[in-house]
Amino acid sequence: MTTAEILSFDPGWLILVKGLLVFIICVVATLVAIWAERRIVARMQMRIGPNRVGPFGLLQSLSDGVKLALKEDLIPAAADKVVFLIAPIISATTCFMAFAVIPMTGPVTLFGHKTAMQLTDIPVGVLYVLAIASVGVYGIILAGWSSGSTYPLLGGLRSSAQVISYEVAMGLSLVAVFIYSGSMSTSEIVAAQQKWWYSVVLFPSFVIYAISMVGETNRAPFDLAEAEGELVGGFHTEYSSLKFALFFLAEYVNIVAVSALATTLFLGGYHALPGLTFTENWLGGWFTIVWFLAKVSAFFFLFVWLRGTLPRLRYDQFMKFGWKVLIPASLFWILIVATMRVMSLRGTSRAGVLGFAVGVVLIVLVGSFLYDASKKRGESESEIEIPAPSFPVPAIPVKDRSVSQSEVTRG
Amino acid sequence: MAENHEVERTYRDLGLEAVSSEPVSTEGTRSFAQQMLGFWVTFKTMFKKVNTVEYPDVKEPTAPRFHGRHQLNRHPDGLEKCIGCELCAWACPADAIYVEGESNTEENRMSPGERYGKVYQINYLRCIFCGLCIEACPTRALTMTNEYELADDSRSKLIYEKADLLAPLRDGMLMPPHPMYPDMTDENYYKGDVLGFHPSQEVQQ
Repeated sequence: MTTAEILSFDPGWLILVKGLLVFIICVVATLVAIWAERRIVARMQMRIGPNRVGPFGLLQSLSDGVKLALKEDLIPAAADKVVFLIAPIISATTCFMAFAVIPMTGPVTLFGHKTAMQLTDIPVGVLYVLAIASVGVYGIILAGWSSGSTYPLLGGLRSSAQVISYEVAMGLSLVAVFIYSGSMSTSEIVAAQQKWWYSVVLFPSFVIYAISMVGETNRAPFDLAEAEGELVGGFHTEYSSLKFALFFLAEYVNIVAVSALATTLFLGGYHALPGLTFTENWLGGWFTIVWFLAKVSAFFFLFVWLRGTLPRLRYDQFMKFGWKVLIPASLFWILIVATMRVMSLRGTSRAGVLGFAVGVVLIVLVGSFLYDASKKRGESESEIEIPAPSFPVPAIPVKDRSVSQSEVTRG
Repeated sequence: MAENHEVERTYRDLGLEAVSSEPVSTEGTRSFAQQMLGFWVTFKTMFKKVNTVEYPDVKEPTAPRFHGRHQLNRHPDGLEKCIGCELCAWACPADAIYVEGESNTEENRMSPGERYGKVYQINYLRCIFCGLCIEACPTRALTMTNEYELADDSRSKLIYEKADLLAPLRDGMLMPPHPMYPDMTDENYYKGDVLGFHPSQEVQQ
């Protein structure tokens, strides 16, 4: 029985219970994630991090939340009050909604019913996640606009431009997964990875997804939207109290959501690591959620690691990277995957498919080599004689001269 | 290095000694693998010993000459060293010190010599702990302690009065006012000839 069939027998109350469970998991995950991030980043900077509230400072994020809730709730006079109120709600709810289609366990028994920890399994589950993420952008842009202030507006524009750009790359990276699994349903994609994870088979897609999910969630090194030094706080500058807390919650739930999606699509979802499949039957199948959470936390650690290591990108570099590198690379990769898929479906021999793959790799290698060589030749040609100075000056570095010269010829 | 020779030639043409100069070297972009080493740095750092001092629980001693709260010192017989000259207040760049001097009388002698500081206030909301007041003090009356926990929650609590700043009485000290050590002048006090109080000082009190 597939997951979709199992889920179709869920009674209404069970769906409500599971909905509540998903909500609780998201909120608890957020609290733990904030704590974990602060602790890990602190360690990376040779600090300790929050360690005073509760054991190991575990209750720090909870107390921060309570503090935020008790703060004065300001609404600027110039703000559009209705939209100002709705924006954080849109932001937060959409993040939670994305979780509805994430399969967290295999078949399990919950209150005597055979079911799976997945709220619903729609045939276009992944598209639904992308759609929900796009709606989430409204939260950002409406928050920026309705604040009635300059910095939030700029921050909101930046954020939405960023999220939309990287959503394109993200969507394209998923296409290869769809082609290979032959489905857009999350549970079926997980089932299709029983043998090989897509992070291995479709490695370029995985890399592109991993990069674009960081861009999508406005996280360092792509956190230009809240660039403290430039934009105060980005779109949520004017927000305070619970409404600010909602944005904060949304950011972290979003991180967990994209990590969960990455786990589902590329790391075999709730399945155990290869060689440990016997653990999937432990606790009546409930042990699979441990694997799922472990994979999600691995992604979360990646997020924190990136934040601890990389400096923030400049806005134009960031956009250039998205549009000129990630999207074309994605498209090229999809072309290859699609060709290989069609070839194998048409019954071309294994050798033929393999030959095609090797041929493409060779062409790419030769192409990049020729490109590098031509670039080097261009550099050496552009070297020109500067007139001997008529007065003593210190030596000029070679590199700077060629750069300035190439700029002159271009202009 | 072509331009380096060029420059040297120019120097020669001009009849100057070639100035020994090194060409500016900018390191080119690192390879991708080298750039990725940054991830290893942060990962490695996670397992290093942290620099944090868990402050309220662990209090590390300050450097011996740390600029902390001020103190008004006493002579070994208990008389105050402060002579109310206001030099500290004049030296203060933040205008944090307020002094009012008063003449010593035979009945009310707080310090050796003519004058003593009647009112002495340091406003720790203004003080920048530069130590210029200590340099200005002619009698070594004003020094700084290593005490740094000066946070408080109101303005009035942070304006320290003379009573808050005065050093405590040690063994061999008498609480002023009391007369000077017999047969000693303020100069003797200044030179450190007075090592403790004399019984006659106590009787008078």
